[in-house]
Amino acid sequence: MESVVIIGAGHAGVQVAESLRTGGFEGAVTLVGDEDALPYQRPPLSKDYLAPGRTAEPLPLRGEKFYAENRIELRTGVTATVLDRARRTVFLDDGESLTYTTLVLATGATNRTLPVPGSDLAGVHDLRTLADAERLRADMEKARSVAVVGAGFIGLEFAAAARAHGLAVTVLEATDRPMGRALTPPMSAHFTDAHGEMGSDLRLGEGLAEIHGQDGRVTGVSSGPGAEYPADIVLIGVGVRPRDELAVAAGLAVANGIVVDGHLRTSDPDVYAIGDCASFPATEAGARLRLESVQNATDQARHVARQILGSPATYAEVPWFWSNQGPLRLQIAGLAQPGDSTVISGDRSGGRFSVLAFRNGALVAVESLNKPADHIAARRVLSAAATPTPDQAADPSFTLKDFAKQLVAAP
Amino acid sequence: MPKVTFHHDGGNADVLDVEPGTSLMRAAVRNGVRGIVGECGGQAMCATCHVYVRDRYLDALPDISEDEEEMLDCTTAPRDADRSRLGCQVVVGADLDAIEVDVPASQV
Repeated sequence: MESVVIIGAGHAGVQVAESLRTGGFEGAVTLVGDEDALPYQRPPLSKDYLAPGRTAEPLPLRGEKFYAENRIELRTGVTATVLDRARRTVFLDDGESLTYTTLVLATGATNRTLPVPGSDLAGVHDLRTLADAERLRADMEKARSVAVVGAGFIGLEFAAAARAHGLAVTVLEATDRPMGRALTPPMSAHFTDAHGEMGSDLRLGEGLAEIHGQDGRVTGVSSGPGAEYPADIVLIGVGVRPRDELAVAAGLAVANGIVVDGHLRTSDPDVYAIGDCASFPATEAGARLRLESVQNATDQARHVARQILGSPATYAEVPWFWSNQGPLRLQIAGLAQPGDSTVISGDRSGGRFSVLAFRNGALVAVESLNKPADHIAARRVLSAAATPTPDQAADPSFTLKDFAKQLVAAP
Repeated sequence: MPKVTFHHDGGNADVLDVEPGTSLMRAAVRNGVRGIVGECGGQAMCATCHVYVRDRYLDALPDISEDEEEMLDCTTAPRDADRSRLGCQVVVGADLDAIEVDVPASQV
């Protein structure tokens, strides 16, 4: 009998299992997760979960009965330790082993750490898992000030949540702008101002040098330039590295993630890798991408399920992302790069606008702030073969929604 | 406890007793109601928890926010001018102790 084993029970792993069943897969499906909790949604952990007055209850990805109803064997709280490809077997840390006809690695990523003095003090946090969020939430109840290290998505979502709790917030960012890896300069600039208005002290160009403490507990941080800031909580949000240990030890190709081809297959044709842990070929220019998002996880999962069910195709979905930071609701479609030209569409001073990024005259990405209709339209436009010109987009009467509508209307 | 009924094509229904303060999306996802995805975790960002509220409950609903209004134009199943809502934006409680909704055929 066919047997699919999925390592990793996050958004990607759970979606593979579900899509196999909805696609009519009759073989065995086993889903292995190393956390104890019923598989849950991660994005709310840095948003609603930490917001004042919200329920401290995680949102499961699927209800408990979903797994039994769909004949998905869910094994939580166990870690895959060894992949023996010759015997098509995965060994688990509870002493058991699983054999597969197809293996899907959806192992995710793990937070990067900073080797600075004081990083082992109580009150120093990072945020990825439910257990991390529970610890952070508990500490926030008695804290008065926080220092956030890294002005990326997680750091700034947490900063906004901490301000909503009335805590004093300092954000240290080593580069010259927030979310610089993901956002165009104009959108970064808007977030710099907006976090200032929320009351956070955003220190650009200041990396973390040292975490100070007393009696084993954090009291503050100092930055590279030597400034000191008080903090009862330090949140480190400086990016992730893919969890590729299992693949490396099994001799699979790895380069900033588990290397897969356009079909999301690893260097072993019986093994796929998807989601945060996978480095896949972008359709253009031979570049490789490794994306950390719900969309990437679930779309790649659906894609792999279709392949296992016998419909091979090249993966080519438009990436999209979102982030909520206090009153700021940011949605991104496509991937901008340094050097792209930008056009702003909408009401910038009123905080409802989109930044359209163009490369060689073609639309490549849209960042929408408090403009969800632009975002949905952008996803449609970017997955179609048509593009507005920068001049068209700069016309005050231009909207992405109208442009997308006209695409649908065209024969 | 408030009672939420999710009606499916073909006459099946899921009837749930739900803690006050819970959104329709959260109730559906927690209880494995088919056809409600909630991919963004309740942020009104993905329009995959679209439901059609049955007429007799419409007056008890909160107003549609600007964000929900925009996302409702982006649902996979067609929007109904009166009955379409995002399940993550409808919360049961004192003002809404029972509601019945129809689950659309498709969310993604």
